[in-house]
Amino acid sequence: MLDALKDELLSQVNAAGDLAALEEVRVTALGKKGRITGFMKELGGLSPDERRERGQQLNALKDEIAAAIDSRKADLARAHLEARLQAERIDVTLPVRPETEGRIHPISQTIDEMVAIFAEMGFSVAEGPDVEDDFHNFTALNFPPGHPARDMHDTFYLPDAGDKKMLLRTHTSPVQVRTMLNKKPPIRIIAPGRTYRSDYDMTHTPMFHQIEGLVIDEATHMGHLKGCLIEFCRAFFDVDDLPLRFRPSFFPFTEPSAEVDIGCSRKGGELKLGNYGDWLEILGCGMVHPNVLEACGIDSTRYQGFAFGMGIERVAMLKYGIPDLRTFFEADLRWLKHYGFVPLDVPSMAQGLTR
Amino acid sequence: MKFTLSWLKDHLETDATLDQIVEKLTALGLEVEGVEDRSKELKPFRVAHVVSAEKHPDADKLRVLVVDTGTEKLQVVCGAPNARAGLKGVFAPEGAYIPGSDITLKKGVIRGVESNGMMCSERELKLSEEHNGIIELPEDAPVGVAYAEYAGLGDPVIDISLTPDRADCAGVRGIARDLAAAGLGRLRPLAAEPVKGAFASPFGVTIEAPDACPMYVGRYFRGVKNGPSPKWLHDKLVAIGLRPISALVDITNFITFDLSRPLHAFDADKVKGGIVVRMAREGETLAALNGKEYPLDPSMTVIADHERAEALGGIIGGEASGCTETTVNVFLEAAIFDTVRTAQTGRKLGIESDARYRLERGVDPAAVVSGMERATRLILEICGGEASDLVIAGEEPQWRRTLTLRPGRVAALGGVEVPRDEQTRILIDLGCEIVGEDATGESGGTLRVVPPSWRADIHGEADLVEEVLRIHGFDAIPATPLPRDSVLTRPALTTKQRRVGLTKRTLAVRGLSEAVTWSFMAGPVAALFGGVGEGLTLVNPISADLDVMRPSILGNLIQAAGRNADRGYADVGLFEVGPAFRKPSPDGQDIVAAGIRAGNAVPRHWAEKARGVDAYDAKADAMAVLEAAGAPVTNLQVTTDAPGWYHPGRSGVLRLGPTVMARFGEIHPTVLGTLGVKGPVVGFEVFLDAIPLPKKKGGTARPLVQLSPFQPLERDFAFVVGKDVEADKLIRAAKGADKALVRDVTVFDVYQGTNLEEGKKSVALSVTLQPTERTLTEPEIEAIGQKIVAAVAKATGGSLRS
Repeated sequence: MLDALKDELLSQVNAAGDLAALEEVRVTALGKKGRITGFMKELGGLSPDERRERGQQLNALKDEIAAAIDSRKADLARAHLEARLQAERIDVTLPVRPETEGRIHPISQTIDEMVAIFAEMGFSVAEGPDVEDDFHNFTALNFPPGHPARDMHDTFYLPDAGDKKMLLRTHTSPVQVRTMLNKKPPIRIIAPGRTYRSDYDMTHTPMFHQIEGLVIDEATHMGHLKGCLIEFCRAFFDVDDLPLRFRPSFFPFTEPSAEVDIGCSRKGGELKLGNYGDWLEILGCGMVHPNVLEACGIDSTRYQGFAFGMGIERVAMLKYGIPDLRTFFEADLRWLKHYGFVPLDVPSMAQGLTR
Repeated sequence: MKFTLSWLKDHLETDATLDQIVEKLTALGLEVEGVEDRSKELKPFRVAHVVSAEKHPDADKLRVLVVDTGTEKLQVVCGAPNARAGLKGVFAPEGAYIPGSDITLKKGVIRGVESNGMMCSERELKLSEEHNGIIELPEDAPVGVAYAEYAGLGDPVIDISLTPDRADCAGVRGIARDLAAAGLGRLRPLAAEPVKGAFASPFGVTIEAPDACPMYVGRYFRGVKNGPSPKWLHDKLVAIGLRPISALVDITNFITFDLSRPLHAFDADKVKGGIVVRMAREGETLAALNGKEYPLDPSMTVIADHERAEALGGIIGGEASGCTETTVNVFLEAAIFDTVRTAQTGRKLGIESDARYRLERGVDPAAVVSGMERATRLILEICGGEASDLVIAGEEPQWRRTLTLRPGRVAALGGVEVPRDEQTRILIDLGCEIVGEDATGESGGTLRVVPPSWRADIHGEADLVEEVLRIHGFDAIPATPLPRDSVLTRPALTTKQRRVGLTKRTLAVRGLSEAVTWSFMAGPVAALFGGVGEGLTLVNPISADLDVMRPSILGNLIQAAGRNADRGYADVGLFEVGPAFRKPSPDGQDIVAAGIRAGNAVPRHWAEKARGVDAYDAKADAMAVLEAAGAPVTNLQVTTDAPGWYHPGRSGVLRLGPTVMARFGEIHPTVLGTLGVKGPVVGFEVFLDAIPLPKKKGGTARPLVQLSPFQPLERDFAFVVGKDVEADKLIRAAKGADKALVRDVTVFDVYQGTNLEEGKKSVALSVTLQPTERTLTEPEIEAIGQKIVAAVAKATGGSLRS
């Protein structure tokens, strides 16, 4: 009789199509008024032996049915979830929600790269104003009044302030002057910043950026200047055997003065940096002129050192293959997206300068 | 500065090849900009004689020539209208490359007649644009000789870029001297015998302005015959791109380039009375040799006769007294002019001349007479006539100075050992005199050096070191690593500098792209942003739209947004970190981080509704910058007094106490209208210099973190307040109600409309309570709620919305 009940209940469990139906089956079988419960209640009327035997049978049946219900419940839940998940299907090919990420301008990135390299050589960053006076921009840098070298700088002038001739700095070299006036040697600084010259064509813009370097101590000589710039150029351009050529030149504020060329090839109209036999000028440098040291209150019989200056756009153009200088200042979103750098790409010597 | 190889060899005895010379010039600091060697290109072309010319049997315009090339007679078909028997021209054999037409000649058959080569036009040889006929050479042209050699084109032309200190190398002799010192040959001696005067000069010279012209040497020539220059002189000038004019003028130009000694030849018959060197008079003018008339002023030096200015000293001659083909009597000038005045006058009048180029750099003060003598010999040789005695006014300026060189300085400053003897040799070869040697000590003591008269640029020991290094070669200096004074490097950036970088990268992460725009803008644009005073208006702007220093970066960014929109990119986010200018002094500029957004903040998209930019986007940008830069953002106050280029009702100022840290908001529609940009555009300006630096006491440790074991709980309150009550007032009141427990207050709803009394709005706050000691009981929470309601009511007059 119990076997028949078991078969009947099990078939009911298996037939239950959802959790509600299954609950109904559970109540029918195991509820307070359930059929198995009913048989349990009848146990009291049986002899002890019969009761034990019957009790065991009933408990076994109860456990079996309960297990069947649990198992069925899990199946139903799984099927239910399965069905829900099927129903929840989305089109994963749809485009994601718009996120915009801006770009860092190549000038900022290039300056950060330069700072990373020179920091390794013990330089710190100095700054100075864009609006300068004639003293800091020219006189202290050993440009005698009326000297033709002043002609080389197409200076933008502002109205005179009292007896001071005001101008927009034509180079970052006035930061040398300001640094030396405020700090005693040893000095080892770089000074990136905006500079201005009255010239506007394919290869000149009225505003551009330079980076200045200055080392002053008692022992730095031209060999150090070469060593420093060779290290810098090779790291910056990421060309291990990049040759550098130092040519004598003239700047009023250095003596001796040199211009520096790096090796390149122009074969087929394409510029390539490296040891290919051709040369490209990239910077000017030299040993700081004693007159400049003296103008800045530094004893030129004791201290000496070097200075250099480099156009930032120029080396950025070379390094990143940017063809036109003027586009740097147009704020064209397409250009910024293309030549700009993602914000978390912070150059460092440890992680690499260039991705 | 251009010169030819053979011209150089007039002064330099050398076996060096052109390539060696070119390389050495650059290594000496005489940077070679280019070398033009036409002899290579023109090698196949020879002088030839047309023996006969017959009409082509099958073509009216063609002739069949027999050409004598010097080695053979060839049949050539030619279409030139001037092809005729007896003509001497330039012949190109088959196989020759024709530079002017970029083809290589092949043997051809033209209309059935064989043609072996070609008679050339000037264009085909790239000599000029002339192509109407073939080249016609004089009858005496030697048949069979290479044309380049015959025409004086066989001489490579070297173009060097001269630094402003090297006036001596503005003459071929100076260049030769440098090369000789560097071991590339021997400097030839210069013939220097003076010419004895045949008569006394009828003209005297008076210097009234000795500062402007310390020395003037003149010489009168009579009975000269001016005409075309001889071939050697003509060819030299043509080769370096000068136009031969007449023998007298050509000789002065030749000496200018040969010795860097400018001269001027007056037609003496047009000079009245004699020569006076004086400052120009107010209102005086000069019709110059270049055909232009210049107004003069008393800062300018003129060479005058007894009536008027005849030349601008050191710059250009006057037309009236210039030499012509009919000139018979000449007065030749060789003088020294003050470099600064020469440069200033040249710049003021915009005159570039070969004389100015040299005299403003400073010519050899000891070679005035010798230059005159050399010119004298050439004039007598070429133009005949006779020369007067020299007229010398003023005197040779003092140029001798004794400098000291400690030979050890070459290694100390230059980083390379150059033996003392070699240093001495170099200096002597450059023309220095060693007037004394203190030869004590191992490396030798100091050298006493008198630099040559032509090297006004050598002033001190550093200059002498440079000369030694330059000739010895910069290549020979070994590269030496910079020594480090510590194993690890210290940070290169100060806190202030570092936060500029953080600002940039923060804004870029937020979706704005970094622009770098001009520090200038147009005056009227600047006026929209508060304007700048006269002191920040450029005296010589490059153009009217870049004539003042920008008082705000926003103007440039808004215009950039407009340009991008015009290209079809209307959703714009741009920022710039750079200077804005307050006053015209070195301390009158601030570092500002400014940015703008235009178009949609959220573009149209299937999952989200598009949303245009609004003032809160700009506020968020400003806050993010302040946070990145380390400003105490929780202590900032917002006020609504942003300047006039912002929308008065949709803008704010972020302050720390009285100090303005930032401004943000919608840009005023009038500003956008004036700039022609479609709005709305929102923007912000953060004044990075105004943000206080973090205090660094107590090292790098942060305050100990307080992590409460009790859960925070949130309670919502909706208040009805007057519609002009600022949300910030409610937030502050709620926060202040219980500073220990209220951790955060946010606004989750602002409502105005039906169900609310006119002039009121509902502001819903979510308040986060953070118990620190124990879980709060309901009555305690209730009590805090009441405190919050009371505080808000007190601050704003608002009440809980029922």
